[in-house]
Amino acid sequence: MARRTVPVALGAATALLAALAGCAPQDVESTPAQASCEKASLTTKTPGKLTIGTDEPAYEPWFNDNKPENGEGFESAVAYAVAERLGYARTEVVWNRVKFENAIAPGPKDFDFDINQFSITEERKQAVDFSAPYYLVRQTVIALKSSKIAGKTTLADLSGAKLGAQVGTTSYQAITDVIKPGPQPQVFNTNDDAKKALQNGQIDGLVVDLPTAFYITGAELTDATIVGQVPQVGVPETFGLVLDKDSRLTGCVGAAVTQLREAGTLGELEKKWLAQAAGAPELT
Amino acid sequence: MSLLAPAPAPSAIARERAAHRRRQTVRSVLVAAASTGLLGTLLVVAVTGSPGWDRVRQSFLDLEIARAALPDVLTGLWLNVRLLFFCALGALALGLVVALLRTLRGPVFFPVRALATGYTYVFRGLPLIIVLYVFTLGVPGLRLQGMPPVLVLGGCALVITYSGYLAEVFRAGIESVHPSQFAAGRSLGLTHRQTMRHVVLPQAARRVAPPLLNDVVALQKDVGLVSLAGPIDAVRAAQIQTAQHFNYTPYIVAGVLFVLLAIPLIAVTDWVTLRAARRQAGG
Repeated sequence: MARRTVPVALGAATALLAALAGCAPQDVESTPAQASCEKASLTTKTPGKLTIGTDEPAYEPWFNDNKPENGEGFESAVAYAVAERLGYARTEVVWNRVKFENAIAPGPKDFDFDINQFSITEERKQAVDFSAPYYLVRQTVIALKSSKIAGKTTLADLSGAKLGAQVGTTSYQAITDVIKPGPQPQVFNTNDDAKKALQNGQIDGLVVDLPTAFYITGAELTDATIVGQVPQVGVPETFGLVLDKDSRLTGCVGAAVTQLREAGTLGELEKKWLAQAAGAPELT
Repeated sequence: MSLLAPAPAPSAIARERAAHRRRQTVRSVLVAAASTGLLGTLLVVAVTGSPGWDRVRQSFLDLEIARAALPDVLTGLWLNVRLLFFCALGALALGLVVALLRTLRGPVFFPVRALATGYTYVFRGLPLIIVLYVFTLGVPGLRLQGMPPVLVLGGCALVITYSGYLAEVFRAGIESVHPSQFAAGRSLGLTHRQTMRHVVLPQAARRVAPPLLNDVVALQKDVGLVSLAGPIDAVRAAQIQTAQHFNYTPYIVAGVLFVLLAIPLIAVTDWVTLRAARRQAGG
């Protein structure tokens, strides 16, 4: 009996160590990864097809008209660019609708990878695999359409603006380190308080991250508009493609994203679908 | 007996008594120092000997970070000081007015008394943070012409809340003055107002000076809550620094500054109390 417990204890210890190792960024795959990233050798859900997951409904500017398969919107375009990089034609891509929570829950997945504005976090890495980041979240200035800074195009134009942000966020850093306006920045406990102050006209503009900016101007404050995106600052949040934990595709999908970034494709898509099509110009 | 006559030399007994008192004083000072030292040593050993002390020291007592945070926290504290000055004056004035309204006599003043009473009930009961939200984020939503800046609105919220407390303190002071004082004033031919102004209020104010100043010290810590509407006070500045470094030292810096700011106020309170006691005793 006593002897029997030794291997069990060893096994438990190994499992614990493996779990702890999961906290560290993993370069070494614990399951055999794809030997090559040729399309013929990829093991996907449906052989010869690439199944991509996203939530229903899919919102602009990430997807257009809730139709991921049309290739329009930033994330749809990124998904097809990754598929192309892996060697899949547009007709070989299958979309599957998966709830946001289910995609990052542990357990088997109904997709090869999922694209749905998933921030890469250490906690989520316990449950799923992430590709290299395909998007670094940018800070964005929003203002009421009636505000004096609506329609401004350069950072210098904001030098006299009274800007607000939530305390302890990268958004606040964007004001103090990048925009550097003359008036003291206003700091709020929550974005809700900040939105109220924006509505009341107590601040000229509010700095939030771009996804939040789209949500606020699209759904919450319809009389607000996006002034523009601020140059990258601090340690930005990053979005990654979600794959099943220890998926054999993680290495190949990650490599595809990295190649797209190096080739400048991701930058172009960002400009096309977020800055131009969605109306979030870059403040220079 | 002329005033310039030299004082008689103290007797032997008096000298002996004085020497004994001196010895007693020295002894009590020594005993106090020894017991303080012992207690301090025990505390230091208990705290620094604890297993987590190193980690706590790193995250709460980092000198480098304290130095880096100090300028911003001081800038924030200046806002606290200005707000405190104006809000304290405002709250004392408004509190006194409400207290006087509550102490008006005669059936004709019933509605005024009822209003003043209701005011103290409501604003002592309402959480300050809710009053602040209504004033700093609600009132500007009215979009009226000539809307004052958010600091003034926040100051109003503080004045209204704290005058509720101060009114009760003043009222207690007014009611503690013996009715014979009022009667004496009236019998000298003073009007009600004159009696209040020259006889009752000076005594009342002197009696309640300590609790009044006590509330002002409490106000000093609450003025910072105005930061929920955007302005950066000392605690908010510390919070911003903390978020940047993941280190709580800036809070300690702000805390020390607040205590330093309170010391003069508390010293004034003690001095006023002492002077009042001496006057009462000395007649």
